[in-house]
Amino acid sequence: MTLAIDVHGLNKSFGDKHVVQDFSIQVEPGRICGFLGPNGSGKTTTLRMLCGLLTPDSGEGTCLGLDIIGEAGAIKRQTGYMTQKFSLYEDLTLEENLMFSARVHDLDRRKDRVAHALERLGLIERRSQLAGTLSGGWKQRLALATATLHEPKLLLLDEPTAGVDPKARRTFWDEIHALSAEGLTVLVSTHYMDEAERCHEIAYIAYGRLIARGTAEQVIGRSNLVTFNGEGQGIDRLSAELAKRPGVEMAAPFGASLHVSGADRTALEAAIAPYRRAPYRWTEVEPTLEDVFIQLMEGSEDNFR
Amino acid sequence: MTLLRRGSEGQAPPPGPALRSGARREAGFSLTRVWAVLIKEFKQLTRDRLTYAMILALPVIQLLLFGYAINSEPRHLPTAVLVQEDSVFARSILSSLRNSAYFDLVAQARSPAELDALIRRGEVQFAITIPGDFTRRVARGDKAQILVEADATDPSATGPAVAALAALPTQALVGDLKGALAPRVQARPAFEVVVHRRYNPEAVTAYNIVPGLLGVILSMTLVMMTSLSVTRETERGTMESLLATPVEPIEVMIGKLAPYVLVGVAQTVIILAIAKLLFQVPMLGGWLGLALGISLFIVGSLALGFLISTAAQSQLQAMQMSFFYILPSILLSGFMFPFRGMPGWAQALGEVIPVTHFLRVVRGALLKGQGLEDMWRELAALLAFVCVVTALAMARYRRTLD
Repeated sequence: MTLAIDVHGLNKSFGDKHVVQDFSIQVEPGRICGFLGPNGSGKTTTLRMLCGLLTPDSGEGTCLGLDIIGEAGAIKRQTGYMTQKFSLYEDLTLEENLMFSARVHDLDRRKDRVAHALERLGLIERRSQLAGTLSGGWKQRLALATATLHEPKLLLLDEPTAGVDPKARRTFWDEIHALSAEGLTVLVSTHYMDEAERCHEIAYIAYGRLIARGTAEQVIGRSNLVTFNGEGQGIDRLSAELAKRPGVEMAAPFGASLHVSGADRTALEAAIAPYRRAPYRWTEVEPTLEDVFIQLMEGSEDNFR
Repeated sequence: MTLLRRGSEGQAPPPGPALRSGARREAGFSLTRVWAVLIKEFKQLTRDRLTYAMILALPVIQLLLFGYAINSEPRHLPTAVLVQEDSVFARSILSSLRNSAYFDLVAQARSPAELDALIRRGEVQFAITIPGDFTRRVARGDKAQILVEADATDPSATGPAVAALAALPTQALVGDLKGALAPRVQARPAFEVVVHRRYNPEAVTAYNIVPGLLGVILSMTLVMMTSLSVTRETERGTMESLLATPVEPIEVMIGKLAPYVLVGVAQTVIILAIAKLLFQVPMLGGWLGLALGISLFIVGSLALGFLISTAAQSQLQAMQMSFFYILPSILLSGFMFPFRGMPGWAQALGEVIPVTHFLRVVRGALLKGQGLEDMWRELAALLAFVCVVTALAMARYRRTLD
């Protein structure tokens, strides 16, 4: 079986900024792969290299079995790409936007396809509305419908749900799963942990390098992170104090409770020992993906400072 | 989410009471706040280098153009002569013309037809004929005449020179009229100068300006409108999506520019209709050449707009760049001021501007009825402009975001 994405050693620099370094990734067809990492870590650049919008400085690989450098045109025909910023024409109606995409991809039965897409979105009554007047959530769903109108085999989504409310995000993800069930491979970048958990697998990229890879459970398991959850009146105020203690890699208040994590169990336990008193109660918990990512972010060298 | 990490020096400590209760005036006019806005504005201004350059360059360019290039009393106008008798008088008249500084004798025609072609093609501004019986008539005192034909399509270009001709009869032959001919000096002028203002005998300025406006209006609207086309997509973020589709650069260019061709054609029809109906601008023919010229000019202007569009970072910059093209197009093309009144460097600059050639085509066709054989050079210049600009635009349009 050909891999949907199979790239090795991709590099890209802008000026003296080495934005993507020796990036390699393999994604099997039909998988939803979550692409995570801090801002400026090279996620967008990587997505752009995969769909031919940027030429890698070095490295090689294939998307859908096609060479990413020599056959970018063919990749574009089979790939749907949704940009980070809403990039449909705000001064065209929903229908006109979809029709534009249908024509640009030289599709047959354009009217049917557009009508079907509008129906699937549940926007058939609003088809003559200007795209710019849609709310954030609807805009993103329209953008997704536009990006998938030509029935691509690979879908690249760059933070598709940034700034979208939870209900709209859920609908959006239901659609992504439906598409994936039809055999579409999806690479989606996100900052939301709940979304990362909805992916079949995740790739964590920081400062241009791939740091962690696997399912959410695998990434958590491999992190060797120990996390204690502290509860009790005023414990969230202790975060600054605890963060300074040796062995504590991260202390983050979650509402009224506090997550304290570190890789070294003995040191961490020693660090919280002085606080094992009333009114505080400490329990060891499974680290969340967020705990792991923050640890990963801390551990990776930041070359942007 | 508040997040505190060990060893993160970048994170400021939570503000203590001392910092929170700093003295802060809430109401009234605050110079600090004015200062805040002023500093921000000034920094943003200097950060947009192009605007900055424009603010400084514009007065300089305007001063140089208006100060040096524009001359409402053109001298050294190219003149062709047809001398049908080789005589002392003829030579004196020619040298007198030369000395006037208005006329540069650039061509000697051998026949009236050749002389006519020179002025029709616009190669010379004046065509002067000294007839074969000139000396005989001067000697007999029998209405000796020389014929001066002026290309009056632009009345302001010929006016001062024609006025200077008035002095010619009384002065040109002073040195030659001696002996028996001496009484001719006192009596009345030894000969008269007949001036034919060709192509615009009544010196109607509108005949020159209205066809010229066609060029200026087309460049203004078409270059500006298309210069925004690509930058608008870049600015709104739709360019990234467009580039991710299989669409090819040439497809984008044709698709983007075609609607504006219609705009250009509509403008042309409106302007020509008004020229005919309201201003009674003569339309002598040259329709094929005119149609070719208009087509080339529209396509060239659009391609130029597209080229600007690929270079500009924002719509504002695109507008500014268009303006930098349009300003010399108005001043140096011969639209507002006589082309031949400008110094050599300004004329050379003007020759590079497509509007210059387009104006010659339009005026040549409408006012002079020029055929293709008369205007092919101007059409060739426009064609070259289209090719160069299109090639540059294609080369500059990126199919990636690199």
